Amino acid sequence: MKILVLISHVPDTTARIAFTNDNTAYDASGVQFIVNPYDEWYALVRGLELKEAQGGTVTTITVGGAVTEPTIRKALAIGADDAVRVDTEPKDGHDVAAQVAAFAKDKGYDLILAGKETIDHNGSQVGPMVAELLDLPFLSLATKLDVADGKATAERDVRGDVEVVECPLPVVVSCAKGMAEQRIPNMRGIMAARTKPLQVIPAAATEALSTTVKFELPPPKQAVKMIPAEEAGKLIELLHSEAKVI
Amino acid sequence: MGSINTRINMSVIVFADTRGEKVAKSTLETLTYGRKIAAKEGGTVTLVTFGDAPQDRLGALDANKVVVARNIGDADSQQLTRLVADLAGKENAKWIIFTHDDTGKAVAPRVAAKLQAGEVAGAITLPNEQGHIKRNVFSGKAQAWVELKTPLKVVSVLPNSIPVEAASPGASVEEYSGDLGVAKVTVKETRKAGEGIPLPEAEVVVSAGRGMKGPENWGMVEELAKELHAATACSRPVADMDWRPHHEHVGQTGVAIRPNLYIAIGISGAIQHLAGVNGSKVIAVINSDPEAPFFKSADYGIVGDAFEVLPKLIEAAKKLNAER
Repeated sequence: MKILVLISHVPDTTARIAFTNDNTAYDASGVQFIVNPYDEWYALVRGLELKEAQGGTVTTITVGGAVTEPTIRKALAIGADDAVRVDTEPKDGHDVAAQVAAFAKDKGYDLILAGKETIDHNGSQVGPMVAELLDLPFLSLATKLDVADGKATAERDVRGDVEVVECPLPVVVSCAKGMAEQRIPNMRGIMAARTKPLQVIPAAATEALSTTVKFELPPPKQAVKMIPAEEAGKLIELLHSEAKVI
Repeated sequence: MGSINTRINMSVIVFADTRGEKVAKSTLETLTYGRKIAAKEGGTVTLVTFGDAPQDRLGALDANKVVVARNIGDADSQQLTRLVADLAGKENAKWIIFTHDDTGKAVAPRVAAKLQAGEVAGAITLPNEQGHIKRNVFSGKAQAWVELKTPLKVVSVLPNSIPVEAASPGASVEEYSGDLGVAKVTVKETRKAGEGIPLPEAEVVVSAGRGMKGPENWGMVEELAKELHAATACSRPVADMDWRPHHEHVGQTGVAIRPNLYIAIGISGAIQHLAGVNGSKVIAVINSDPEAPFFKSADYGIVGDAFEVLPKLIEAAKKLNAER
């Protein structure tokens, strides 16, 4: 089975959020970057489990500059066989999808796995866009994924229920919590990752369909109103009469 | 509105999931969004939906026209994409508006890619004077204004962001008869999650963490949730220890929610947890540790032992319910 996993390079979950260039760009100075948790914990690890059980290869693809390479090496240390980096600063979610699709279109992947969203842009756009650009079916927000007899079976949480869906390969899957457990790379994996192939390819020509014109930080929260524990019932009254939310 | 029949210059397509017992509030929010754009730009609204919602429910929606594809479900996003793209062409759509929910997240990006349209995923405002639309980024820790550079624009609207405005209902309803192809994705089974209100749709959420000391103590949490017509949720450690099911885990790596009210009991408020709940309109925090970081993000706070505070809250909620 040939598996492609989309890996995004994002600021750490606890990173400071600040902007630069008149609030038009994220201020990455001094920020630790990581593999997007949904891509790592769920998409990549499930891809590796399927490969280990059934044979095949796991390739990762990242759209970004050379600065993303330590993040890509981390994915290789966790166990991916090889990696591709499309050498461009993506313009928007569609651009990422277009670059991935341009690479993947004639490679015969059986499974293309992506995290359900990135923790920086939070768009949930790239997976379904890749599926559309490759004219493939898409399993959205899967919490379980299995492959047998040329078919993928997934579970997804929909409107509070669990839906079990089935689809012939090849298919694009967006991966959510439940699909796999986080793997910590061991020393052997880290050493091996240094010499695994990381292919850098030029970007396909694309036009930006959207652009972020300005970032802003939310207004500071008003001071918390404290209620003494002995009068805890007053909270319910305030939520009803003052906040008007119950 | 249904009787207006002028020369149509442009239209706004609103894609909506109308299944279930009634039309969801988020559907009405998305419809309000589409109607406001149509009013500003002088166009009509065509609501596109699928499934078996009754004719009178669809006819009561405030659109110029409703088109329903009866024989397809939500699982195959390719069929839904073909449906929306076909109607966008026929109706001369300049905008296509989705709800940023399970179905919208799968279909909106596909439609945008198919029609080479710019997309705003998870819009929290209407377009401003420059036509820019605001959305959350960095898991709600910041916002971004996005400009769509294409003549056709796709927007998915984040639930609980746009107030529903009442208007004059009455749409003509047509059944879609085009060819949507064969579904590759099929539903084998649907398991009901059981009693209670689904977390992503809940307007009030009662959530608890390690401060509850063990799964056997959740009875009080569930009782408070029942009195407040709320869904229950939990922190990541609680789900990881299997005290509660994983689908209740809210936070960075679990479910992100935006209820009107989020009550957090015995949850310290780590940044990863806040990322999943900071879209809540009002946050109330109960924690025995006065230094718990969650108090900094809260609107209301109680420093106290959950086992003493919860019975008082349940009693007050019962009293409130008895009075109304």
